Amino acid sequence: MAAYFLRRLIQSALILLGVSFITYVLLFVLPADPVRQIAGRAATAQTVENIRQQLGLDQPFLVQYGRYLANLVQGDLGRSYLQKTEVGDLITSRLPATLLLMLAGIAAELVLGLTMGIAAALMRGRFGDQVLMMTSFVTVSAPQFVVSLLMLYIFAVKLGWFPIGGYGTAAHLVLPAVTLGILGSGWYSRMMRSSMIEVLRADYIRTARAKGLGRARVVLRHALPNAVLPIIAMIGIDIGIFMGGIVVVESVFGWPGIGQLAWQAIQRVDIPIIMGVTLVSALAIVVGNLLADLIAPFIDPRIRLR
Amino acid sequence: MTKWLTSTALVLTMALPALAQDYTPDPNAKAGGAITVTYKDDVATLDPAIGYDWQNWSMIKSLFDGLMDYVPGTTTLRPGLAESYDISPDGLVYTFKLRAGVKFHNGREMTAEDVKYSLDRVTDPATQSPGAGFFGAIAGFEAAGTAGLSGVEVVDAATVKITLSRPDATFLHVMALNFASVVPKEAVDAAGPDFGKMPVGTGAFKLAEWTLGLRLVFEKNADYWRAGVPYLDQVVFEVGQEPVVALLRLQNGEVDVPGDGIPPAKFQEVMGDPAQAAQVVQGGQLHTGYITLNVTQPPFDKVEVRQAVNMAVNKERITQIINGRALPANQPLPPTMPGYAKDYAGYAYDVEAAKALMAKAGLADGFETDLYVMNTDPNPRIAQAIQQDLAAIGIKANIQSLAQANVIEAGGAGTAPMIWSGGMGWIADFPDPSNFYGPILGCAGAGEGGWNWSKFCDASLDAKAVEADSMYDPAKSPDRLALWAEVYAGVMEQAPWVPVFNEERYTMKSERMGGEDALYVDPVSIPVNYDYVFVK
Repeated sequence: MAAYFLRRLIQSALILLGVSFITYVLLFVLPADPVRQIAGRAATAQTVENIRQQLGLDQPFLVQYGRYLANLVQGDLGRSYLQKTEVGDLITSRLPATLLLMLAGIAAELVLGLTMGIAAALMRGRFGDQVLMMTSFVTVSAPQFVVSLLMLYIFAVKLGWFPIGGYGTAAHLVLPAVTLGILGSGWYSRMMRSSMIEVLRADYIRTARAKGLGRARVVLRHALPNAVLPIIAMIGIDIGIFMGGIVVVESVFGWPGIGQLAWQAIQRVDIPIIMGVTLVSALAIVVGNLLADLIAPFIDPRIRLR
Repeated sequence: MTKWLTSTALVLTMALPALAQDYTPDPNAKAGGAITVTYKDDVATLDPAIGYDWQNWSMIKSLFDGLMDYVPGTTTLRPGLAESYDISPDGLVYTFKLRAGVKFHNGREMTAEDVKYSLDRVTDPATQSPGAGFFGAIAGFEAAGTAGLSGVEVVDAATVKITLSRPDATFLHVMALNFASVVPKEAVDAAGPDFGKMPVGTGAFKLAEWTLGLRLVFEKNADYWRAGVPYLDQVVFEVGQEPVVALLRLQNGEVDVPGDGIPPAKFQEVMGDPAQAAQVVQGGQLHTGYITLNVTQPPFDKVEVRQAVNMAVNKERITQIINGRALPANQPLPPTMPGYAKDYAGYAYDVEAAKALMAKAGLADGFETDLYVMNTDPNPRIAQAIQQDLAAIGIKANIQSLAQANVIEAGGAGTAPMIWSGGMGWIADFPDPSNFYGPILGCAGAGEGGWNWSKFCDASLDAKAVEADSMYDPAKSPDRLALWAEVYAGVMEQAPWVPVFNEERYTMKSERMGGEDALYVDPVSIPVNYDYVFVK
């Protein structure tokens, strides 16, 4: 177990190194000059050169990247080119909001997705099944921006049940989390449905039924824990997709997370922020996958980590 | 000293016209209350040496003051932290007398040392100020650094003398720019690079709270040196708000001013509803949207081709694409800018005449080229309209729709034959015609990386521009504006640009907001002059 953990940790570090390298290369070859963005339109050629030198952007690629890495291992993500603020501070001030929304969103996704999946499996082939599967198809393909706005319009503006965007209280969290839940529930409901159908066919379920156990007990106690296994692994993968969706939902609901920060930085070629947010997102995905793998043996003792 | 007094007496008359005008406070204005303003993007910085977004521009104006200022809602200069100023007969020495008893938000009194420190700081390359270039006329600018500007001298605690290396008629405007705001050294030193997050100025408001990504709270500066203002106790800026959501919140009574304006998709709905339209203030702004034609790239090196393109573009139709939120333009300067030539006819929309010019250039069969455009709505739609117009005279323009930074790069490098300026168009830094020339039409901006994307450079026009800007005497202002009108007429004759439209400003406000309309379309404080608006 310890050896496995160590190996995975080294792997994770390598993945992050790879991500940092690829992102840095992409930003380096991008036909957009961050110095122009800092210097502004009134700048003389002399000013532009001065800034380029001060930021070390006149250096060859490997020197720039090497410097970045050297600072990174010391926990220094650098300062934003345009805001002049520590990127670490910018990210840590926004990360809690993103993590909170992510947890609430994944919870909503699971509750909605699993319930729909179980219900569909139990009604397999009947009208209810078809309706649920059609619904999951619609939610998966629905444009995030439109769904977010629609939710906001119906439940905040028209019905007045929740605040119109913003951050701070539990009430603020409900709509963005449920929106993320609806948007992502389709994957889970489909996955859960097929997993459940397979498990319901298994011998031990027939045995449980033969023992005369109630339907609810058979489903919840015997079928569900086995059917949910593949879903756990999926959460790890889902975090990556989730980071994409969160940018849109954060922006509509005025949620002060790192998605907003990334979007602004990309517009202005603010390389230190783009790098920082990319690395933190990659870290979230790596950690998510690692956790999913580590949790798996606890749920299914047949799985051994080696 | 005697000599100084004589020169003072000599030039005092010059300073008087500017001193004579000031703002008449609204008799109905009430003190107190708080308003909420929203923005989509977080505020990058409130450091006046760094901030250069239209979003933080007016915020910085309310936190800081410079030696000069504008009469609210107008483009008329008035003294700010300077009580008076005088200009030497040769136009090279500006002596500013500071107001007594002005205090920074930290309680310390502002002195001439602070003025010098602030100008030294903004021009020091280490500060990386995007506005440093504006101070190029101050003596010693080239050698600016930690040692400071040799041209800025502290005469005594209440007097600053600024010597220029060349006469500059726009210098008082430059001193009214945010970049010339006066900052206290001890606060800058204490905050280091984070001064932009912990600003300390002399302005009408002080920063009380800043929660990154969420909100900023400005609180009334009770000791503000201008009597009677600001009226508001608090201005709350909520950031991260989509314009569509901000509008919904305004309709729900939660927001007073949506800082990003009315979202294009909602514009007709809002203006079509008399109740909502009544809450919208319309005004001009110092903006021109244009197409640049790269004069170094054939066939745009032929003046006939550039003139033909000018005649081929249907500007009326393009303004319709943006719901009529703009007026068709025929020259680089916007109508609200001093020096705008009202009688100039420009190139009328005339497809046949355009075709004739193409034939004259030997290009009757047309040619293929690229039109660069920023990829956010409505710019690609506008580019399509331009594409169709050009097709009518045989020009096949391929649209290159890219992110803003990439278009700016292509423009600066001179690789783009045509660029539609939308989303990056020129909004004046200060209300003077010279601001529309140097960086975007003059030789200075035509080099590699410059903002003159046409790469147009005419030495005789440049000389005329220099001549106009050396007419520092306010009494000669009409002559100077006439000279500038000549410069722009000369530019249009060679047609490196197709001026397309001048955007109008539409500021929406809640019903409870008071203050004259001009404050909501203030040409300098965009979107709103926070110091003078009030809650009814």
